Amino acid sequence: MADTNYDLVIIGSGPGGYVAAVRAGQLGLKTAIVERDALGGICLNWGCIPTKALLRSAEIYHMLHRLEEFGIKADNISFDAAAVVKRSRKVAETLSNGVKFLMKKNKVDVIEGVGRLAGAGKVAVEGKAGKSELTAKNIILATGARARTLPGLEPDGKLVWTYREAMVPPAMPKSLLVIGSGAIGIEFASFYRAFGAEVTVVEVMDRILPVEDAEISELAAKAFKKSGMTILTSAKVEKLDKGAGSVTATIVTKDGKSQQITAERVISAVGITGNVENLGLEAAGVKVERGHVVVNEWLETGVKGIYAIGDLVGAPWLAHKAMHEGVMAVERLAGLKELHPLDVTKVPGCTYSYPQIASVGLTEAKAGEGGREIRVGRFPFRGNGKAIALGEPDGLVKTIFDAKTGELLGAHMIGAEVTELIQGYTVAKTLEATEAELMQTIFPHPTLSETMHESVLDAFGRALHI
Amino acid sequence: MPIPILMPALSPTMEEGKLAKWHVKEGDKVSSGDVIAEIETDKATMEVEAVDEGRIGKLLVAEGTENVPVNKPIAILLGEGEDVSALKDAPAAPTAPHSKVEAPKQDAAPVAPQPVVPQPAAPAAKAPAPHEAGARIFASPLAKRIAKEKGVDLAVLTGTGPRGRIVKADVEGAKPGAAAPRAAVQGAAPAVAGPAIDPRAFYEAGSYEEVPLDSMRRTIARRLTQAMQEIPHFYLTIDCELDELLRVRKHLNETGGVKLSVNDFLIRASALALMKVPNANVSFAGTALLKHKHADIGIAVALDGGLITPIIRHAETKGLAEIAAEAKELAERARTKKLKPQEFEGGSFSISNLGMFGIKNFTAVINPPQAAILAVGKGEERAVVRNGKIEAATVMTVTMSCDHRAIDGALGAQFLEAFKAFVEYPPSMLL
Repeated sequence: MADTNYDLVIIGSGPGGYVAAVRAGQLGLKTAIVERDALGGICLNWGCIPTKALLRSAEIYHMLHRLEEFGIKADNISFDAAAVVKRSRKVAETLSNGVKFLMKKNKVDVIEGVGRLAGAGKVAVEGKAGKSELTAKNIILATGARARTLPGLEPDGKLVWTYREAMVPPAMPKSLLVIGSGAIGIEFASFYRAFGAEVTVVEVMDRILPVEDAEISELAAKAFKKSGMTILTSAKVEKLDKGAGSVTATIVTKDGKSQQITAERVISAVGITGNVENLGLEAAGVKVERGHVVVNEWLETGVKGIYAIGDLVGAPWLAHKAMHEGVMAVERLAGLKELHPLDVTKVPGCTYSYPQIASVGLTEAKAGEGGREIRVGRFPFRGNGKAIALGEPDGLVKTIFDAKTGELLGAHMIGAEVTELIQGYTVAKTLEATEAELMQTIFPHPTLSETMHESVLDAFGRALHI
Repeated sequence: MPIPILMPALSPTMEEGKLAKWHVKEGDKVSSGDVIAEIETDKATMEVEAVDEGRIGKLLVAEGTENVPVNKPIAILLGEGEDVSALKDAPAAPTAPHSKVEAPKQDAAPVAPQPVVPQPAAPAAKAPAPHEAGARIFASPLAKRIAKEKGVDLAVLTGTGPRGRIVKADVEGAKPGAAAPRAAVQGAAPAVAGPAIDPRAFYEAGSYEEVPLDSMRRTIARRLTQAMQEIPHFYLTIDCELDELLRVRKHLNETGGVKLSVNDFLIRASALALMKVPNANVSFAGTALLKHKHADIGIAVALDGGLITPIIRHAETKGLAEIAAEAKELAERARTKKLKPQEFEGGSFSISNLGMFGIKNFTAVINPPQAAILAVGKGEERAVVRNGKIEAATVMTVTMSCDHRAIDGALGAQFLEAFKAFVEYPPSMLL
């Protein structure tokens, strides 16, 4: 029997958990990670990564329809839905294997099974191979989250999907109703629209992507509508009536009007809730509120030696936030100094729709709260040589500064490849750059990144190419 | 409108003090110049005078309260025709004295931000800063911008960013007015940063008595830790023969109607040596050296539970009798805590004499903002070799601690050479 005394046991191997394990390995902690399914968690297997693979197929298919614009000719353009899904699964598998390698490299024991707290410093694991008990000086809970369900709109896996079924469609549906317009809902809407489905997005708030800047939301809605999507805002799905091969949804808008929409499939993307069940939290004294584990700014649950990270502890529900917290929790329990609590205004967010959307920091509305004087810069892709050359002239970069201090309060982007660009502003925020440093930075020409420079210049009335 | 009376700063470096005594009670009429309270700091007791005319509406801080931060309202003065009802917005009940000392942090984890104590608007040079002035200060562009706007001196801040970089949060927590430090080392908080490992961990509870630090102890702990950490000390030791000095002293004491101590001679000798080697009469000010024009000599006076260093100003202009009288008077007032801050702050040089305790030789910690201190041992009969013969002589060993940022070895040696010459042949002090 192997030694089951560990410095650290991590329950859950999603991006938060496995990154925490790697960091613990680097710091020389004897570490085990407990996973009930596949290494990498939802992100690698059923989230971020496989959807990016699907969206890449969608993007290529979309581009094929624009070939003539670029002087290319091709006939008989078509797709094979099964092959699209197969590629996506292959990508997920490759990365899950990558995590297996990382665990080995960092001498982390991978224990298959369902882990739960079993008294002070103990984790019980129930797996295919039977039951076992691990002793741990420290425990990190990283069990993630799952799709939230609303009464009456419960997914059934056949006609009403969650992200999970939506990722492995047996065939492309001809029509689709997406409930919820957060990043997950919008990405699937974009994907299925690209493959020709009639897509309707229903959002209860007055605009889609409600966490984004209002101006960006509006531009996104315009672009999606142009691509043929139907978008209903301030609208609520009252009920779903399931037929043989379709679902009829009764949708009520804010003004009281009711309408019915029939679609082959429905995707429910109305948020997520933490996986707090069957973890032994209550017995251990770990507090749970509104479906999430309560932690302080150091990710401590209040029970000695027990930390919680990622989706399990709440918004923003983003893999990179979980990874950051995983590293922080490990460094904290290892006694490292110079740690800083997470600042959510420095966590970027990305939506991989067509067009892409990315942002970091405060929206214009939030930034102006409390009478703060702000300066807003805008630069359209239309003024950028590279965007024109790429055939991607639709896009906007918006930056918001504190007029007094020059602090970059927020940056909001929509357009081609903006998810790859946003990191520039994230670095600037972390380094506490002001407009002066951003203005002095030399951006390479010709790149899309020049729009970032121009937006900053515009905030101070100095844009060059507009 | 009711006027708040604020806790005064008795000196540029004062951060807090004890409200020792109220001389007025609520309802009393006061006019400008009336003594209303006594404030005690780690070093002195001072009377607080009313600046405005009026009636005491409310005493906000109870008599005997310790650690009252400078600029905290301690009472409310009512103008003519105003009554207590005008005070609804005044701060509530007297602050309870808090003498409890914060336990040293056991956790190695980052410490929560310390409360910032309001500061007197004082020249920055007086408060030693966490950053050696002149050295590059690492601060984010945003922190620099905000500091400039708020008038916060970055040099006095301790950064919490990567590798001590000053970030926005550090500046936002600071108060304008230059010498407003927020770090624990500056003693802005009532407690001094304790040792990294709590000594209590090594001793059984009950096997010792725990004596909370009084404000003098706290100040000593803070200032000397800082001095030792910031000032690159080095030490020069020299022997001085005292027989001639003792002979002169005996003669003067018997015939001059004065009572001179050896120390009085050493004060004058130091002052004259500083005049002779003026480059040793300096303070290190980061971007510059302050070359003092006068020799202001501090003399360490041991007190019950601490020490203080009152200063004989312009000692080079004073004769032995005058120095003796002044040193005696200062020491006496130091013991009764009646010194005014300006009588013990500043100075250009210090002397610490432990000869009376039989100490042969020791080293002393420099007293900022000075750049040197002389540790004086006992004058004793020793065998000395002169021209190949062993002779008896009264010899005293002195060790000078020098701030290497301001005084180099050769310069320190020149000073000691001059000092020794004055001591060994006191008539030269007449020149």
